Amino acid sequence: MLLQSNPSPFLWGYRIYVAAFFIFLAAPLVAAGAFAFNDSLFPALPWQGFTLDWFFNDTEPKLGMFHDRRLLRGMYYSFVIACFVASLSVLVGTTNAFLFVRGDFPGKNALYIVMVIPLVIPGVILGISILVLASDTANYFENSFDLELEFLRPGIFLVVLGQFSFITTITSLVITARLKKFDDSMEEAALNLGASRARVLRTITLPFLRPAMIASGIVAFLVSFENFNTTLFLVGSEAPLTITMYDRMAKVGSTPVLNAVSFFLMVGSGLLALVSIFIQRDKSVR
Amino acid sequence: MQQKDIKRLTMLLLFAPFALWILLLILLPHIGMVILSLREKVAPRVYEFGFGNYIDFAMEPIYWNTLLRTGSMALLVTALALLIGFPIAYYIAKVAGFRTRGALFLLCLIPLWVSDLIRAFGWILLLRETGVISTFLQWSGAIDGPIEFLYNDATVVVGLVYTVILFMIVPLVSTLDGMDNSMIEAGYNLGGNGFTVLRRIIVPYAMPGIVSGCIVVFMLTAGSYLTPILLGGKNSSWFTEQIYDQFITRFNWESGAAFGFLLLAFTSLVIWLGLKLSGQTLANTVAKS
Repeated sequence: MLLQSNPSPFLWGYRIYVAAFFIFLAAPLVAAGAFAFNDSLFPALPWQGFTLDWFFNDTEPKLGMFHDRRLLRGMYYSFVIACFVASLSVLVGTTNAFLFVRGDFPGKNALYIVMVIPLVIPGVILGISILVLASDTANYFENSFDLELEFLRPGIFLVVLGQFSFITTITSLVITARLKKFDDSMEEAALNLGASRARVLRTITLPFLRPAMIASGIVAFLVSFENFNTTLFLVGSEAPLTITMYDRMAKVGSTPVLNAVSFFLMVGSGLLALVSIFIQRDKSVR
Repeated sequence: MQQKDIKRLTMLLLFAPFALWILLLILLPHIGMVILSLREKVAPRVYEFGFGNYIDFAMEPIYWNTLLRTGSMALLVTALALLIGFPIAYYIAKVAGFRTRGALFLLCLIPLWVSDLIRAFGWILLLRETGVISTFLQWSGAIDGPIEFLYNDATVVVGLVYTVILFMIVPLVSTLDGMDNSMIEAGYNLGGNGFTVLRRIIVPYAMPGIVSGCIVVFMLTAGSYLTPILLGGKNSSWFTEQIYDQFITRFNWESGAAFGFLLLAFTSLVIWLGLKLSGQTLANTVAKS
């Protein structure tokens, strides 16, 4: 505002800085995406011409992502895990929102901070601590009761728990913010008109929360799909996509099929992120 | 009377998921980790209580050097992210016109959802010996042979700043957005120059956002795994790599648990110091966003 009134050399310098920053922001993403369309066995220059082989070709050495069974399987596991994490964390996020907005109990402010903490614990530590507890419990049952609790060994169940443990903080914060904007007189009006508590919740309060629930669900889905640090320690034989991709990047060296997956994920997550932003920007909140 | 019971029951039902989540997935696992870290292996399948794992850590300079290195690089990354990010946030919140502001903010939000893995992969493609920048510089005649830009500390720092800077910019934009422009104008009218206004009015106002951004960025950096490994190579000496090494490669869980606890304690200490020095609390920074 202030700088706008007198276009000076300073303002021009400032604008160039901002433009340079956005180029910096975009450069690696463009590089990761663009080589998906290069007709070459390596994701590098020179440009050999446009191709869609890295998506659709079905023979080696140019095996496209939609025919690469390990990548597809990884994508499937990621999808299953992300769906579980998103639904669970939205559910608990909603109960947490009611707890902290409507509830009144001793130590509420302290517990609210406790709710935020999982977000700042490094993901690696969440991963190892859950791994340790789950393995200890499983070993205990095995030694004491000769009972093998397979689900407490590294695998999809532990990955879901590990991701859920910090993603719930995100959904709770988003849904709490929305519930705080709720006008209590709407519920009172419905109650005065003779509606039961359950009916008020179903027809008034939950529909009001729905944009926040959907948006935070999308965010939870995306964060889960892309998580690596926590997943790394809890993964069993069913490797989700990020782990499969990392293995290829680190061990085999990469072909442009990884660029194709990157492009696919960037477009997918970009679109989902846009949807979640627009859902939250609705007009019913004044 | 009955009404009150129902209310109490509802509260209990609402409290249960929260309590289960925090207890089973946060509190108990961390207690378990600390207990495991205090267990020494004296013979195969025989364990004793003791501080051996921590003593090992203190006696081996490689370990604590790595922790200090990770901590100091994370602080450097946090400072750089703030220095680079603050002008961008200020531009989006205060300088840009209404339309541009929304578009720029959106441009900041979308890369946030691209996985760290893909971003690091993009940097590898740009910076490696056969990468875009090296090829381009050779083509333009600036250099004679290929140059390897990967596997050094500067690249790791740039990559980390890149990965975390949006977590700095987004809270800063929200904080600065809520600031009344008349406060800045008043500062100028009272005779302050640009620097004074920045130091005496804008920065103090934005302090909760700054501290919140710094905490998140510092924790993300200190706990990051992918960026240092992929851009710094196998010898990047990052502390999370040591934890992985102890857990997965050497299968020495006791020592890995000790390392995990040390990382948590060290980062918490840094954040506590930061909060004390800036006069902020967790409640009015991170918990607010």
